[in-house]
Amino acid sequence: MILFTIGAVGVLVRRNAIIVFMCVELMLNATNLAFVSFSRQHGNLDGQLAAFFVMVVAAAEVVIGLSIIISIYRARRTTSVDDASLLKS
Amino acid sequence: MFDLQWLLIAIPLASGALLLIWGKESDRFGHLIGTAASAASFVLGVVLFVALLGDAADDRSHATSLFTWIDAGTFHVEMSFVYDQLSALFVLLITGVGTLIHVYSIGYMEHDERRRRFFAFLNLFIAAMLTLVLAGDYLVLFLGWEGVGLASYLLIGFWQHKPSAAAAAKKAFVVNRVGDIGMALAIMLMFAQFGTSAIAAVNAAAPGATDAVTTSLGLLLLLGACGKSAQVPLQSWLLDAMEGPTPVSALIHAATMVTAGVYLVVRSNAIFDASEVARTAVMIVGLVTLLAGAWIGCAKDDIKKALAGSTMSQIGYMMLAAGLGPAGYAFAIFHLITHGFFKANMFLGAGSVMHGMTGPDGEGDVDMRHYGGLRTMMPVTFATFALGYLAIIGFPGFSGFWSKDKIIETAFGENLWVGLGALLGAGVTAFYMTRLMMMTFFGEQRWKDDIHPHESPRVMTWPLIALGALSLLGGVLLIGDWIVEWLEPVVGHGEHHELTIPAIALTVIITLVAASGVALGYITYGTRPIAAETPADSSVSVLARVGRHELYGNEINDAVVVRPTRHLTRFLVWFDGKGIDGFVTGLADRLGDTSQFLRKPQTGFVRSYALTMFAGVAIVVLCLLAVTLA
Repeated sequence: MILFTIGAVGVLVRRNAIIVFMCVELMLNATNLAFVSFSRQHGNLDGQLAAFFVMVVAAAEVVIGLSIIISIYRARRTTSVDDASLLKS
Repeated sequence: MFDLQWLLIAIPLASGALLLIWGKESDRFGHLIGTAASAASFVLGVVLFVALLGDAADDRSHATSLFTWIDAGTFHVEMSFVYDQLSALFVLLITGVGTLIHVYSIGYMEHDERRRRFFAFLNLFIAAMLTLVLAGDYLVLFLGWEGVGLASYLLIGFWQHKPSAAAAAKKAFVVNRVGDIGMALAIMLMFAQFGTSAIAAVNAAAPGATDAVTTSLGLLLLLGACGKSAQVPLQSWLLDAMEGPTPVSALIHAATMVTAGVYLVVRSNAIFDASEVARTAVMIVGLVTLLAGAWIGCAKDDIKKALAGSTMSQIGYMMLAAGLGPAGYAFAIFHLITHGFFKANMFLGAGSVMHGMTGPDGEGDVDMRHYGGLRTMMPVTFATFALGYLAIIGFPGFSGFWSKDKIIETAFGENLWVGLGALLGAGVTAFYMTRLMMMTFFGEQRWKDDIHPHESPRVMTWPLIALGALSLLGGVLLIGDWIVEWLEPVVGHGEHHELTIPAIALTVIITLVAASGVALGYITYGTRPIAAETPADSSVSVLARVGRHELYGNEINDAVVVRPTRHLTRFLVWFDGKGIDGFVTGLADRLGDTSQFLRKPQTGFVRSYALTMFAGVAIVVLCLLAVTLA
């Protein structure tokens, strides 16, 4: 729960896209942790399975997310998420 | 031969169009083309008339159809023309008098730089009027009906640089539209009831129709006739129409537009024969207008307006005659023709006087109080005008004597009071025409020193002489009741009601009444000096004051129609602006405001979206928790 909150606050307050991304990972890890602990508590593998899925999705997301961040950086020389607001109005 | 009747219309129409599109170089001879076109129509009219005379008496109606105008479902209208006894007389009158007016205009409009255009409009007028009288279908008639309305608008407002002329043209147009509503409704009703608007078919079907149909048809047609013929209550445009050049007044009043209403009533005789109410309405309108016009004629100092009042009054005689039914139709047309001669004569005479009285400012003086003693200065104008004068007052032997006498006689046969009204009208006519003569041609000279009255050029006096002769001799149409018999196949045969006194005694009475009118006019205006300026309203009798204000017709129109309409439109404009526009734009504004409010959260910042998502998720989770725990 603490880990998830740190991640969530990081997503909300940090500007650097890399950091935001790491915070997202933190949140995912927090849920994974929760899944694994629930799994142990209940004595079945459902939680483990969910954690695996989360990891797969996270890996795919990181690949795409990082490539987007890199292309933004190449174009704009910055990774601040607030600067990338061209679609507004 | 009679297939050529469309040429009567086509010639002046083509000439008018030609004059309008041909450039400045035709200024030099444009008026000659216009006159020649009118004359050509006249010659063709005479040829056709002679051909018609050669036909058997009961086979004198020749219908031709140029093409199918409208063919939609059961609605079928032919562009058809009918040349019969009635239209033949009209064709001769319109083109004959019209041509004389054209000739006169060559001189009268000589110094007007837009003379070519003037002749184009005159031609257009003739063409439209011929369409009206030759039409074999009410819709074709309506085409000519609107055509004369347009031409009169163009001609009355010909001197458009004068605001009064522009306003007069507009007024004539608008008042005529009011009458046209009646005309249009009548045509629609005809089609709804009889399935056709062909004049012959409608006249054939009218006797079999119900009273309600014929009465409403008759009243609607009467409304149309009132507008065109300046009958009460749609008379107000006529006196204002004097703003146009004088030949226009002569053309409108004598041969074309104003007579159209009488023509319409006579042409639709079957409808009026079938409806007693409609016929009585025509008679009353005629009688009222006859007296109202005469009253106005007595009080005007403007020579053209006095004559205009006289026209109203004389058209009233014709309407009265037409309202008397089969016994009166022929006399209505007879008076229309003789009136065409003497009124054209007098209008052109008045124009000649104005031409002679033109001051240094180039404006012809129309105020009779500035004339006086012109008979020696303008002998030809005086002589021809006098012929018209004798004709209109009904001096024995002159054309007006025969025609008016017949109408009054028939009126007495119908109803004593109607007859007395018509008789009174004759006396008043004699009075105001004598007044006009005295003020214009007799007495002391009252014009200013810088005006030099002179006789008009020959091109103007010749038409005057011709019309003067016609005013004198127009009565020959009545010899052996020729015109009555001639028109009988068209208008039907009507027996006179028996008169209680012999006709000759009545003629003597009418003549005596007219003579006393003349005597009164002479005593009032021939023996006493006339003020050179119009006396103030407060110093004249109530009768004169009311007449001078045209029986307050304009004021009544203003109070009854114009002002309420204006208030209504003001209200509608206000309601449109505030109510409807307010609602529509208000709705749009509210939608805009809402969208402005909604776009505020769309900042484009990823983090704020993320916050929203978190908040949303948090709310959902809390709700789920609350539901689960409860």
